[in-house]
Amino acid sequence: MYRLREITKVFGRETSALDGVTLHVAPGEHVAVIGPSGAGKTTLFRLLNLALRPTSGSLRFEGADVATLSDAALRQARTRIGTIYQQQNLVGRLRVVHNVLAGHLGRWSTAAALASLVRPREVETASAALARVGIGEKLYARTDELSGGQQQRVAIARVLVQDPDVVLADEPVSSVDPSLAVTLITLLRDLSDESRKTLLVNLHSVDLALSFFPRIVGVRAGRVAFDLPPDRVTVDLLEALYAGDRDDEAQLERLRDGYDPFGRACRPLTGFRP
Amino acid sequence: MSRPPAAMTVRPARAPASWAIAAAAVALVVWSAHGAGVDFVTLFGGEAIRQIGLYVARLFPPDLSPVALRAAAVGAVETFAISFVGSLLSVMIALPLAIATMRTLLYRGALYEGQQLHASRRLAGVAVYAAAKAILNVLRTIPEIVWALIFVFMVGLGPFPGVLALGLHTGGVLGKLFGEVLEDVDPRPLEALQATGATRRQILLYGVLPQAAPQFLSYALYRWEVNIRAAAIMGFVGAGGLGSQIHIAISLFLEQQLLTLILAVYVIVTLVDALSAWLRSRLV
Amino acid sequence: MATIPSDAPVARSLASDRKSGFPWLLAVAFALTLVGSLRVAEVDPRLLVERDALANVGRFVAGAWPPRVSAEFLGLMARPVAETIQISVTGTLFAVLIGFPLGILATSTLMWRGVLHERRVQRRRWLLGLPVYAVARALLSVFRAIPEYVWAFMFVRAVGLGPFPGVLAIGIAYGGMLGKVYSEILESVDPRPLETLQAAGASRMAVVFYGLVPQALPTFVSYTLYRWECAIRASAILGFVGAGGLGQQIELSMRMFQFDEVLTLLATLFVLVALVDFISGRLRARLL
Repeated sequence: MYRLREITKVFGRETSALDGVTLHVAPGEHVAVIGPSGAGKTTLFRLLNLALRPTSGSLRFEGADVATLSDAALRQARTRIGTIYQQQNLVGRLRVVHNVLAGHLGRWSTAAALASLVRPREVETASAALARVGIGEKLYARTDELSGGQQQRVAIARVLVQDPDVVLADEPVSSVDPSLAVTLITLLRDLSDESRKTLLVNLHSVDLALSFFPRIVGVRAGRVAFDLPPDRVTVDLLEALYAGDRDDEAQLERLRDGYDPFGRACRPLTGFRP
Repeated sequence: MSRPPAAMTVRPARAPASWAIAAAAVALVVWSAHGAGVDFVTLFGGEAIRQIGLYVARLFPPDLSPVALRAAAVGAVETFAISFVGSLLSVMIALPLAIATMRTLLYRGALYEGQQLHASRRLAGVAVYAAAKAILNVLRTIPEIVWALIFVFMVGLGPFPGVLALGLHTGGVLGKLFGEVLEDVDPRPLEALQATGATRRQILLYGVLPQAAPQFLSYALYRWEVNIRAAAIMGFVGAGGLGSQIHIAISLFLEQQLLTLILAVYVIVTLVDALSAWLRSRLV
Repeated sequence: MATIPSDAPVARSLASDRKSGFPWLLAVAFALTLVGSLRVAEVDPRLLVERDALANVGRFVAGAWPPRVSAEFLGLMARPVAETIQISVTGTLFAVLIGFPLGILATSTLMWRGVLHERRVQRRRWLLGLPVYAVARALLSVFRAIPEYVWAFMFVRAVGLGPFPGVLAIGIAYGGMLGKVYSEILESVDPRPLETLQAAGASRMAVVFYGLVPQALPTFVSYTLYRWECAIRASAILGFVGAGGLGQQIELSMRMFQFDEVLTLLATLFVLVALVDFISGRLRARLL
């Protein structure tokens, strides 16, 4: 699905966000990306959804070198990648139905898109997707009247309508409470499983990553620090990953408390039943 | 200008500049008052105030004969129509031009980080931007009344040149204001739309315009309030509305009819102000 | 997944979309107004492409280029340019002199309601403030509803040609706008410092000048400067009715079909407006 070789990304003159990332992702894989803030995770995701171009190195999506794609081919490739952002990626003043139907835009002509704003087309796809994420009754609500968690569900519904081959989620649960985070991650995982989509999630919470994903990629200072199944991710590795990051010290503390000294998996969040 | 003294002692470094500005302002005012032939001492109690008083006295009582009232009503309706259609025309002119000045949609910014833009396409984007900006500047710089003169010259007397004049001048004003709104639109939803494979036109429809619409409406209503006043004077150069009757009434010293017409201006302007405020509170 | 209901009540939300008839009513009213206005305003786009119209445009454009830049003409323009600036400055000053007192009288929190009047309610003294307030409001409303252009024409009749009627017109019309905005600013001022002053036994005048005006001053000045930007445009136009400034020259050149002069005058106006916008913008940035 994705083949990244020695990718670097430099912003401005010398702010290096990524510094030689090599990563392969096979179709249907579920991958969690973790690391301290400022490690380059978001830059990596913006490269993966083709919003950015690498400064050097090669990025192949489905075998094609992204750098050589024409405008139209680039847009075509984008229709096959669905992205869920941390927050505020929806247009608040539009009704939920239009935000969800925006998933069709890659297939619709401009005229069809315009017509749909007046009289929504293929509404059944939107209502089915919303029902699937549990907020079917919000079809005609104003998007900015929804709670943060509901808005994330709308974003997931949009990706369902888009029906891409890959789902990228960039810190999708960092602005919702822990129990809702578990619900949303479960939802993402199950939805991807059903239609055999590749799923890459950028997670702030190490607990969630270790509990739900079979492959953990640790990113630090623009490089891949480790790329392991969760049962081989040790506390030493995590401490090295988050070293010097004050925000994450509390998280590591919690992790150490729940850590199994035999080097196996971390215990999930208390009170959580998968 | 006249800052409270406390602020000056807190920031002593800026005090000399503030004094310089204050001195320059006083000099400007003195020069202006002198040049404009205004002497504030003799104005009150002087000859001027007496003349104004005499003129105001001649305005009363207003001419409330059916003929005068009918003429005022017809003029008021025409003034309203000119302002309404003119404002609508201005939005139709402003919208495409403002979109053409949205550089983040044309050739730069977050939407263009994922691709290498061909030099010729970038150049085309810059050219569209520059051309639209230039047109907006011309439309805006030429005052309504000059546009009205030009259009009276083109299509003859009547309310239609007034509509065109308001449409073009206000189109320039709104185009600039709309353009500022568009450049301020939150780029994150646009990036998300692009990530679904949407084209630029679709991003415009689903991301840009829905975000900008309330501000657009608010500005358009505000300009409607300005335009109803402007429509009331279009007639001075032969472009319809109450202005032509006011012009005649003043020129022929028909002061009592003039007061009736001025009352009509007051009514129609107040009505549009209220309507605009009500629509803004309901829609924005 | 068990927590998520699969049979969402889609039909109900469809119905809720149509619950309000307001948008439809508004659309119908809009359409009717538009049709009526198009008729009344005699809108006929065909007029624009008639041969006569196009020939006139051709004549205009051909006559306007190149703009007249002879030293003689530029020398002739110096006086109208200076006059335009003078009218705008003096007119704005006049507007402040009219708008400030009326604005204070038209401030409800000063005249008859709010924290300053709580103890006076029983004694019904607020009945004194209310009529003054109403008269001030009405005056401001009349001043700003009549366009400055109409004021200017009337003042030309009353005091004769020249820049003075232009000053009066801008003073009256903008005084009405400034007064309204001043009173809105005053009404939104934080009332707590006022209460403190009043509790300390300050008179009402003292409360106004020590509590209210200092808080509102930066906004006052900023809005007044903005009005000055508008006044420079207005003063350039008022010449059309004989109230001095660039407008008089524009009208003269237009009537004499000297379009090259018109172009030069418009370019001058553009520079003048840009200059005032720049100065005022810098001053406002310093203030706020």
